[in-house]
Amino acid sequence: MKILVCISHVPDTTSKINFTDNDSKFDTNGVQFVINPNDEFGLTRAMWFKEKQGAIVTVVNVGGIETEPTLRKALAIGADSAIRVNTDAKDGFHVAKELAKVAKDGAYDLVIAGRESIDYNGGMVPGMLASLIDANFVTNCIHLEIEGTTAKATREIDSGKETVSTTLPLVIGGQKGLVEENDLRIPNMRGIMMARKKPLTVLDPTYSTTETAAVKFEKPAPKGAVKLVDAGNLDELISLLHNEAKVI
Amino acid sequence: MSVLVYTESEKGKFKKTALEVASYAKAVANLLGTTVTAVTINANETSELGNYGVDKVLKVSNSALDTFNAKSYAAVLEQAAKNEGAEAVIVSSSADSKYLAPLLAIGLEAGYASNVVEAPSSASPFTVKRTAFTNKAFNFTTINTAIKIVGVSNNSFGIVETSGSASMEEFAPSLPSVGVHLEAVDKASDKVTIADAEIVVSAGRGLKGPENWGMIEELADVLGAATACSKPVSDLGWRPHGEHVGQTGKPVASNLYIAIGISGAIQHLAGINASKVKVVVNTDPEAPFFKAADYGVVGDAFEVVPQLIEKLKAFKASNA
Ligand SMILES: Cc1cc2nc3c(=O)[nH]c(=O)nc-3n(C[C@H](O)[C@H](O)[C@H](O)COP(=O)(O)OP(=O)(O)OC[C@H]3O[C@@H](n4cnc5c(N)ncnc54)[C@H](O)[C@@H]3O)c2cc1C
Ligand SMILES: Nc1ncnc2c1ncn2[C@@H]1O[C@H](COP(=O)(O)O)[C@@H](O)[C@H]1O
Repeated sequence: MKILVCISHVPDTTSKINFTDNDSKFDTNGVQFVINPNDEFGLTRAMWFKEKQGAIVTVVNVGGIETEPTLRKALAIGADSAIRVNTDAKDGFHVAKELAKVAKDGAYDLVIAGRESIDYNGGMVPGMLASLIDANFVTNCIHLEIEGTTAKATREIDSGKETVSTTLPLVIGGQKGLVEENDLRIPNMRGIMMARKKPLTVLDPTYSTTETAAVKFEKPAPKGAVKLVDAGNLDELISLLHNEAKVI
Repeated sequence: MSVLVYTESEKGKFKKTALEVASYAKAVANLLGTTVTAVTINANETSELGNYGVDKVLKVSNSALDTFNAKSYAAVLEQAAKNEGAEAVIVSSSADSKYLAPLLAIGLEAGYASNVVEAPSSASPFTVKRTAFTNKAFNFTTINTAIKIVGVSNNSFGIVETSGSASMEEFAPSLPSVGVHLEAVDKASDKVTIADAEIVVSAGRGLKGPENWGMIEELADVLGAATACSKPVSDLGWRPHGEHVGQTGKPVASNLYIAIGISGAIQHLAGINASKVKVVVNTDPEAPFFKAADYGVVGDAFEVVPQLIEKLKAFKASNA
């Protein structure tokens, strides 16, 4: 089985978010980038398929050279090879088209992406990618098993979960639950050394049009200070929620 | 020309978000100078949509669509959009809509903006405001394709009632063959879901153990709220995983979010920040949640919550 794991390179959650160029660009100054948490769960599940079922795992990112340390980290965790499509991705649609080309050319059986990335939180790429390559698609995936060409997946829904059966080729949007958190791996020295020798192929982009464009950013208005209510005077809380906030 | 909106129903009845996206669609239609067409799938009574700005209903009734399938639902909307010559398609931020919208975008070659929180600020270029960086910022996005898909964030636009009536047409789209088959569903049917709830009552490790959740459920009951929890609580198995909210859990965009015994770590706040009003109850006045909340009580949950329940009951009784 050939697995492609899509890796989005995102600011660590604790990063301060700022903008430059008249609020038109994200300010990467001092920001630490990590593998998107949903993708880390997916990559770890891919490692399980590699170790238990002999899968070959390639990781891919659509992005500039600055994302290579993130791809190297994925290689250090255990992926066999990496691909970077060298373009400054403009929107989810564009990323999906580039990924679809990589997925088609490489004839992958399973593509693991994340439910959403924590930067633009689009939640668009996996579904678009699946549609473009006409593969089956399961998102919010919290469990995945594969036997031959059939797959069984569990997905989270608004009020619980559901189990589905499907076949390869398959694209999933993974999230927490796909593997146990204690199974997430921190690259060790040996992994890091080996990662240096693993192939990282850089491809030129194929597409240039964009369907959407982020033109400006804005930070939420600063919040007023919290109104403290005395624990002995909860009637006041109820009155504030009713008369001022109008939420009860 | 029209604005198409997918009005979701559950067991034949419209979800609250359906009325919100219909209201949103009306605002878009006003901006573009056109009308609103709603698509309903196995909904019983559709006339109510007229009160939320819908001019025409395409009513789909097909038992093959009794359970949700992203591919077939996307195919229904795609055919409806093409039939109507829709310029814009409006969907909600439910798990189902987020599942189908990317498929629809490819089918219609349409740009898609998700997590949109306001009516478009301009028609040309078509510009919407969406949340980004786990609610730490907003981003104005232009959609440059002929057809635009907008995913509206729950509880962001609100429900706007108008007086109007909607005409109704049966619509029988052809369904594609699907490759993903539903085997089993495990859902709590008697509970308010976090996604639909106007009020969410959430508790953290400050509650000490699963045996103490009775008062949390009672508080939620009194308020008609959904229950939620912080990540360690579900990791410890005190509560089911489906209740975990935050960056790695479910997102919350309720009108009121009550956090009890939750410290307010950045990863927790990231997922609940879209809620309009936040209340925190915590023994530690230095807990970071106090910086993110609108109202706070410094106090012991084991004293505050039972009292709050009694007082809310009295309040509900006198306001009934
Ligand atoms: C990559 C990553 C992703 C994460 N994603 C999430 C996520 O999605 N959701 C999430 O919640 N967390 C997430 N976390 C974990 C997060 O960082 C915090 O560890 C977690 O939110 C803390 O949960 P808590 O507030 O319940 O517990 P604690 O931090 O232990 O806080 C308990 C609070 O209860 C108060 N307290 C104690 N006793 C009482 C009492 N009797 N009455 C009232 N208050 C009391 C304490 O003062 C304290 O503030 C993530 C972490 C990482 C690294
Ligand atoms: N630039 C990218 N390169 C590779 N994969 C990506 C990229 N952007 C998004 N993805 C994948 O798509 C998932 C959902 O991202 P998004 O649609 O941006 O929320 C991520 O978790 C990744 O698996």
